Amino acid sequence: MRFLIKEGKLIPKLDSSDDETTFSISNLPEIPQLSTNPFFEYNPELQKMLAGKQLLIDELPFTIDEIQAHYENGYLVYRKGIQKQENRPHGSSGVTEKHTNLPRICVRCGTSDESWFGEFPCARCGERDIYCPKCLMMGRVSECTPLVCWVGPESDFPVVDRPLEWAGSLSEGQQVASQRVLDAVKTTSELLVWAVAGAGKTEVLFAGINEALTSGKRVCLATPRTDVVLELTPRLKKAFPQTKIASLYGGSEERHEFTQLTIATTHQLLRFYKAFDVMIVDEVDAFPYSIDETLQYAVQQSRKLDSSLIYLTATPSKQWQKECRLGKRKYVTIPARYHRHPLPVPKLEWSGNWEKMLTKGKLPANIIKWIETRQASRRQALLFAPKIASMEKILPILRKMDPLIESVHAEDPDRKEKVMKLRNKEIPILLSTTILERGVTFPNIDVAVIGSEDRIFTESALVQIAGRAGRSADFPTGEVVFFHYGKTEAMLSARKQIEMMNKEGIKKGLIDV
Amino acid sequence: MLCHEEIEPEISWRSFLGKDQAPKICTECKDSFAPITGEKCEICGRPFDFLEEEYRIGNICMDCKRWEENEEWSGSLDKNRSLYRYTDFTKEVIARFKFRGDYVFADIFTEDIKTVLQAFQYDYIVPIPLSDERLYERGFNQSEALIKAAGYTPTHLLTRIHSEKQSKKSRDERIQIEQVFKMAEGVEIECKTILLFDDIYTTGSTLRHAAKVLKQNGASKVMSLTLAR
Repeated sequence: MRFLIKEGKLIPKLDSSDDETTFSISNLPEIPQLSTNPFFEYNPELQKMLAGKQLLIDELPFTIDEIQAHYENGYLVYRKGIQKQENRPHGSSGVTEKHTNLPRICVRCGTSDESWFGEFPCARCGERDIYCPKCLMMGRVSECTPLVCWVGPESDFPVVDRPLEWAGSLSEGQQVASQRVLDAVKTTSELLVWAVAGAGKTEVLFAGINEALTSGKRVCLATPRTDVVLELTPRLKKAFPQTKIASLYGGSEERHEFTQLTIATTHQLLRFYKAFDVMIVDEVDAFPYSIDETLQYAVQQSRKLDSSLIYLTATPSKQWQKECRLGKRKYVTIPARYHRHPLPVPKLEWSGNWEKMLTKGKLPANIIKWIETRQASRRQALLFAPKIASMEKILPILRKMDPLIESVHAEDPDRKEKVMKLRNKEIPILLSTTILERGVTFPNIDVAVIGSEDRIFTESALVQIAGRAGRSADFPTGEVVFFHYGKTEAMLSARKQIEMMNKEGIKKGLIDV
Repeated sequence: MLCHEEIEPEISWRSFLGKDQAPKICTECKDSFAPITGEKCEICGRPFDFLEEEYRIGNICMDCKRWEENEEWSGSLDKNRSLYRYTDFTKEVIARFKFRGDYVFADIFTEDIKTVLQAFQYDYIVPIPLSDERLYERGFNQSEALIKAAGYTPTHLLTRIHSEKQSKKSRDERIQIEQVFKMAEGVEIECKTILLFDDIYTTGSTLRHAAKVLKQNGASKVMSLTLAR
């Protein structure tokens, strides 16, 4: 769309029939902001929908006239959807020329890589327009597309005296972490909670969230994966039954709800802007957050400038581990599981050129032997392979040993059923890609990785995989083996990280020796 | 471009000599479009392989027979051809292109459109127009985008009167609807052959409405090409 500037105001022009000079919003050197008119009767529905958000005009079920009236009275602002990073004036006109190669950034998702942007002849502005395909699924942001943000008064949340209704108790390790989270909320600071797989991370947040809710703060719990949003929502609804909670993921219905507690995929944060007083990011190391800068951008721009930021992870990146050691990053560890047993330490076993053997329809002898041992002692196992292709070659070999053995990967339509079957002990061994590396819990299994030298098995993936074993208090031990064709840095670091956590757990008296 | 996987280039003498253009999509994605091959309805191009025998009457399909038996519509559209069957995959790609508005997706079809257009002889290639409201909503006309991406020049002979979305109507409603197109001002098409272009052939009603207006205004032959049907 195009705008006209008149009396220091932006005025949207939907038809280009007039002779007046109009602009695409990204070509304006600056956007006038208007002071708030205290006598204006704003629409509370619009306020609810827009407070703490950045939305496209198309996403708002209000007329352009109503939106414009709120702008003219200083209750909302138009921001550039795509920002040209330098505003070099071109010639004498003072307006930048459109198609010089200025670096751009998509203001909604932070994409600035030129190869991502697309160009099209836009019927709305009548020019060649640049748009961002990266966040297109949330509606097209282009150079002529404004983002609309609320700047008027925010409505308060209903006060609840004791929002937390949870009767459970915390382990010693959890208690320490819980106190630190509470402090981070009170002092609006940053904190990393480094908790081993199976430590019980979610409960550690309850006291902090409770504090935030009682003091009227807005809280977001973000995670990269929809599965985790779906799993956390009922748990938090149960713990905070009086609080309105929105659960946001691609395709969820609660998009326009204004709630004090939001549980969302990191992707959904792109629609928020300076909204949260407390931002909690779960599984920071998990794909796709770890590799996708868009999602890191989303976390930063959706929280208020002055807000708490709490990260939860079982496997922080090398960089973060270093920052923790050097005292540059505030962190707290939960080095032991609530059942007070140490984490199973992975064994590293050389299995030769297993891929070459696969082409001949064979598996290395030590892998075969490992499986036979499971069969003899009737223990269930999870077996990881680096690729779907190698998995498809391994499965027929294993099926000769036991026809009930199954395999699973991300696009498998029966994924859920197979995981259920393993849980119900209907499948003795499940062969999987890294898709089952986290989030799934089986009480009593052994774990092995075939081809652990593959680059897909990063340090954090291997720590997570090892974390599948010995989860329950009834069966706190389990065997973990990495079968490899050459040790990698990732394998060694993963083992070291697990040993270090066990040592710390013993030192702090969180593990019974 | 579709799956965002890295494309492993096929090495051949042609690519070595720089004669091939870099592919936009990988072979795996390309194979996911189901091209229409084999025997098809002489009029609408529906593949007979996927049609029950009872809906086939000689060389045309039951739907086209019904159109041809109707005095009002008989002979409006001479022939339609479509590139792909409207499978779930194609549906998703077209939806991202047209409804979400990922304009660069038009490039995916360039090669196939060029190839098939060589088999047509026509004077004008005409995209099915959108109403002003719809054009504003989408930001571009998807048919026009496809024609341009393939390197052809569209001619705008028709304009559209705004109405409800086609996809919200039943077949009967679509067929009975009053005229939705009118001739653009100041164009002359006496004895010309027109090739209409649209993204999807569903009931054939849109294309027949457009074809009828063109024939009433003197066109001698009206054919159509769509991406999917």
